[in-house]
Amino acid sequence: MSAHNNQPIAVLELLVRNHPGVMSHVCGLFSRRAYNVEGIVCLPVATGETSKIYLQVREEERLDQIMKQIQKLSDVEGVVRYTGDHPVFTGLATYFTC
Amino acid sequence: MEQLTGAELTIRLLEEYGIETIAGIPGGANLPLYDALSRSSRIRHVLARHEQGAGFIAQGMARSSGKPAVCFATSGPGATNIVTALADANLDSIPVICITGQVPLSMIGTDAFQEVDVYGLTIPITKHNFLVRSAQDLLRIIPEAFHIATTGRPGPVLIDIPKDVQLDIVDIEELPIPASAVVSVVHSQDDLTLAAAMINNAKRPVFYVGGGIVHSDAGAVARFFAEKNSLPTTMTLMGLGVIPPEHDLFMGMLGMHAARSTNMMLDECDLLIAAGVRFDDRATGKIGEFCPEARIIHIDIDPCEICKLKEAHVGLVGDIRDTLDRLLPLVESRARSSWNQHIQLLRARHPFFCSENFDFSSPYGIIMRIAEIVGEDAIVATDVGKHQMWTAQVYPFNRTRRFLTSGGLGTMGFGLPTAIGAALENPDKTVVCITGDGSIMMNIQELATAVEHDVNVKVIVLNNQSLGLVRQQQKLFYNEHIFASEYEHQVDLATIAKGFGMKSFDARDTLVLDELLTVALQTPGPSLINIPISIDEEVYPIVPPGAANSVMIGGNYECA
Ligand SMILES: Cc1ncc(C[n+]2csc(CCOP(=O)(O)OP(=O)(O)O)c2C)c(N)n1
Repeated sequence: MSAHNNQPIAVLELLVRNHPGVMSHVCGLFSRRAYNVEGIVCLPVATGETSKIYLQVREEERLDQIMKQIQKLSDVEGVVRYTGDHPVFTGLATYFTC
Repeated sequence: MEQLTGAELTIRLLEEYGIETIAGIPGGANLPLYDALSRSSRIRHVLARHEQGAGFIAQGMARSSGKPAVCFATSGPGATNIVTALADANLDSIPVICITGQVPLSMIGTDAFQEVDVYGLTIPITKHNFLVRSAQDLLRIIPEAFHIATTGRPGPVLIDIPKDVQLDIVDIEELPIPASAVVSVVHSQDDLTLAAAMINNAKRPVFYVGGGIVHSDAGAVARFFAEKNSLPTTMTLMGLGVIPPEHDLFMGMLGMHAARSTNMMLDECDLLIAAGVRFDDRATGKIGEFCPEARIIHIDIDPCEICKLKEAHVGLVGDIRDTLDRLLPLVESRARSSWNQHIQLLRARHPFFCSENFDFSSPYGIIMRIAEIVGEDAIVATDVGKHQMWTAQVYPFNRTRRFLTSGGLGTMGFGLPTAIGAALENPDKTVVCITGDGSIMMNIQELATAVEHDVNVKVIVLNNQSLGLVRQQQKLFYNEHIFASEYEHQVDLATIAKGFGMKSFDARDTLVLDELLTVALQTPGPSLINIPISIDEEVYPIVPPGAANSVMIGGNYECA
């Protein structure tokens, strides 16, 4: 996936309040700060009060800044940062071959 | 137990939160809210003439008081009209709560009449926003909106309420109690000690303060802090008023339209103590060359601001007043005579202004005379352009919340409605709106609102028959190719004001401007004063956009 760019990948796990606008808030933050999101996985957690959003992004210097911005979103309850080999995306890889 | 409609509940909660004035315009989708508002004995409504006006009236109340203020608009065009005022509030961190009507829930997504995705539209320009899906949710959402708007770094919040939600009945056990949420952050003692040591050991420190000082009501402690360690202090546009011009440590604004000596001082400083600022490009110039020799202490309540644009050696995240209070005992009492003498020398060589600048025929002279007549208790709002920068350069502000100006968004049309809001909030004060002939046209309809409420607003138009600041940039940076920045058609603003039922004065008709100003500014109630000025009066010095602050063009810096 990172063939065209050798910057390492990071995976962010966001715990968010689950409602119809929350994806727009998260994606809007990345797009207006011109930070590319390579992959997204989102599903509700347990009773559906909250959801988890996994984002696959490139490790850039600005990632720290973006993470602080994410934490400021009122709908975001927590953010965890993983390295690019997090299984949530590696497990999906088979669906994304030509 | 009580039964209320969503609309009634909304108004009740706004009353509980101490809201006394709401500016807005009704329409189909917010009529239930208006119907409920009509029955409130505690909230008065101010009918604006354009929703952008309503948004800025709310800003005027919030900016002058520090308290959250509310505005209303209907769905669709009402909401799209108000978004500029929200974007403006967002960039200057102003606690405005905007409540819009929306088409009924069942019709959302059907391209219904006057349906616009206001939630989607306002995500990037508010601190947070809500689309209310049930009347019951209002019990949670409205308190949360007030909490978000006023805590941490303040900002605007939008609440979009579908019409059927406004009409739905809720059973209320009890209303939520407004909590005064003070979120205090505890700094590590290590960071505070380190910051204090850096300050005590610095040879050429500068204190750089901005709007965050205003929001945290830290004006007094900031001044005390500067005085204790004899820190020369420069202010952003949003921080003006923290140190008054007659103060020894006053270094005015920094950046694009700063005095030369201020930008030169910043080039030389070895420590920058930045408090409640965000290193905006109009202040820093080319960021890579800003304060090249300085280590940086950055104090801000918003963790995102630390290291966003400039690496901080120490970042103190927290309420500024709190932080300065804790830092104060650790900072030594110092005179710093050689550094301050050096700065006095810079100022003597490159003075802010020469006495000939204050001639009555010049904008500076007019602005200084206004200040003299209205006195230090007045509130000043400006629009955007040369008149705004002249005011920022010379008006003798000596405390915060007296200068209301659109810093981050630079919105023409800001001045008049913001002045009206400030006057509604401060009925005992004179509010002056210093504007240009371009900007006044952008919300001129609010002259009617000013007359209707008989607010003590004095609109002063420095009329140069042009979009002055744009024209100046074309002259300087586009080979004097002046295009689309001069008005070929002259309008008679004094007559227009009369048509709105407002007292007006026109300096075209008089040779004694001083007398006219005195009479006009001392007559109670709203008035407009049109003052023709030369189209070629420019704002100097100016740092070209994108250049380093050391590149300053123009400005008489040797007095006759
Ligand atoms: C809504 C909006 N449109 C355009 C601009 C760009 N702009 C900045 S200053 C300016 C000229 C302002 O003219 P005027 O209000 O007459 O003030 P002057 O500079 O002449 O004092 C313009 C067009 C802006 N800041 N805001």
